[in-house]
Amino acid sequence: MTVVPSPACAETIVAGDDLVVTVGGDWRITGLLPSWRKVRGDRAPHGVRLRAEGLGRWDSSLVRFVHEVQGWCREAKISCDTSLLPETVRRLVGQLEQAQEKRLPVDHSQNFLVTVGLAATDVWRQTREFASFVGECTLSAIGLVKRPGRFRWRDCFSEMQQCGAMAVPIVSLSSFLVGLTLAYTGAIILRQFGGDIWVADIVGLSTLREMGAVMTGVVVAGRTGAAFAAQLGNMKANEEIDALETLGIAPVDFLVLPRLVALTLMTPLLVMYANCLGIFGGMVVGATVLEIPPSAYWIETQANIDLSDFSVSLIKSIVFGMLIAVAGCLRGLQAERSAAGVGRAATSAVVTSILLLIVADAVFAVLFNVLGL
Amino acid sequence: MNGNPATGVEPPGPGAPPPAIAVEGLECRYGDTVVLTGVSFSVREGELFFVIGGSGCGKSTLLRHLIGLQKPARGTVRYGGEDFTNADLAARRNLLKTFGVLYQNAALWSSMTLRENVVLPLEQYTTLNRREREEIVSLKLAQVGLAGYEEFFPAELSGGMRKRAGLARALALDPRIVFFDEPSAGLDPVTSRKLDELVLQIRETLGTTMVIVSHELASIFALADRVIMLDHEARGIIAEGRPRELAAASDDPRVREFLTRGDEKV
Repeated sequence: MTVVPSPACAETIVAGDDLVVTVGGDWRITGLLPSWRKVRGDRAPHGVRLRAEGLGRWDSSLVRFVHEVQGWCREAKISCDTSLLPETVRRLVGQLEQAQEKRLPVDHSQNFLVTVGLAATDVWRQTREFASFVGECTLSAIGLVKRPGRFRWRDCFSEMQQCGAMAVPIVSLSSFLVGLTLAYTGAIILRQFGGDIWVADIVGLSTLREMGAVMTGVVVAGRTGAAFAAQLGNMKANEEIDALETLGIAPVDFLVLPRLVALTLMTPLLVMYANCLGIFGGMVVGATVLEIPPSAYWIETQANIDLSDFSVSLIKSIVFGMLIAVAGCLRGLQAERSAAGVGRAATSAVVTSILLLIVADAVFAVLFNVLGL
Repeated sequence: MNGNPATGVEPPGPGAPPPAIAVEGLECRYGDTVVLTGVSFSVREGELFFVIGGSGCGKSTLLRHLIGLQKPARGTVRYGGEDFTNADLAARRNLLKTFGVLYQNAALWSSMTLRENVVLPLEQYTTLNRREREEIVSLKLAQVGLAGYEEFFPAELSGGMRKRAGLARALALDPRIVFFDEPSAGLDPVTSRKLDELVLQIRETLGTTMVIVSHELASIFALADRVIMLDHEARGIIAEGRPRELAAASDDPRVREFLTRGDEKV
């Protein structure tokens, strides 16, 4: 058994120079409501009198309507009499009137110069925080060397499984496809000179010295870096980090170091594996498209890559792993205590990781050139 | 909101309008674990109704079933005579508009300002234009004492202010019923009392039916027209009535102990 509401209505009668508006029916904010513009039409009264007749249930929609009528009367510089409306309606209209006058100044926007200035100080602050965090991690790592028994090996192994073994499928796919793409791209030029076999050199060298580490780094940053930031950010939002600190446990020792160690150990393994898959991808193109027998392809690859190329790949992968872990954990610990904050931390972790990865790669390019590696 | 709030607690006579909420034979389960069974009660229009009980007795579970976040294993929940439990999608959507919920931690959307938080239900369910919606937002925030805070983010507010902003959002569509989940949780006694006063004021002004899940004795005695008490072992209601009467003269020692904190003095 439900009560069927009668529609909200506002009827007008002209009484002398005044317009008498009678509101009635059920005023529901979610229903159809009279519009003051249509109710008044093009009349130009000297005053408006509002009264209620047959008024059923009403809500904020009636309050808003009366407020709009009052506002219109004020603009038209005519009187508006609401004394015949229920007292509660008048009280709420008064409240709305006051609320509209009282807007606390809060400015979330900035002008261009302020934005640039703040961004500059933010970069400086972030650099300091990053350096300080790296320092904390270093001290924590020294503590690990001194007292390896206190290290949380179980967490570390669990993280190694998560960021290493569980990442194998995506790393396999991406590195195989990159090897494949490199081979196709190389073949476009080399075929013109009848040098198809050199595809093996291009794929081998570029995978080992560059693509294997960078592509795996990008995949790990997106997969593991974001996960680290989200986990730690969520822990911060739930005050779990505070609980560690009040117990006298440094979050860096407890949460960051196991992740840092895990990723620093697992990234080189993933990169070595990615290198193999990349070369294999090139070999598949060689065998199927360029008609190079796999044995010939392999011999050519072996002839042109040496230990220094492996060292380059290994050094890069260790550093990339460290950078991604540090960026992910730092962004997680810096997260704001809210759901949006956790999301921002995860995004920021990926952006920071990839940026650091590219910068580090450029530094390595110069360094290895100087060292002759 | 209406002009003539009904706040009486006497049982309705024949031919009276249906109760605001009627719960019949509700059974709440988590998998095979029965949390509540055979729960039946009704809440009258404009009533301030408390669901009380010790921790783990199923208060919040009952609330989640009332507001449709979980489907009961058995039984029905009716709003104004309309079946909510077995309603089809359109009927359910219509009924959802008729109640608001204030969650324990206010559950404000953190990436949105208070204005955006309150305006979302209005955008979803009304045909008001932008300016009209803004006016309603101002009114709702003013009603909870947060006039002027439209452009603030939840993170910029104190716990009590967040609760009040959550209430403003719950009131956005002028619901006939508002559910509160532990409104005093995490608030200091003074802020908690102010929130109680706000609840009373809103009921007085708008005639809203309020269902409050709480174990805060001060609020229960200050606000409740009627309470039901749930018990973990009984898996259901063990007492129903006015809190002071129950505290003084309930036959069940568990009820007296809960309402007097074991010292039998109120």
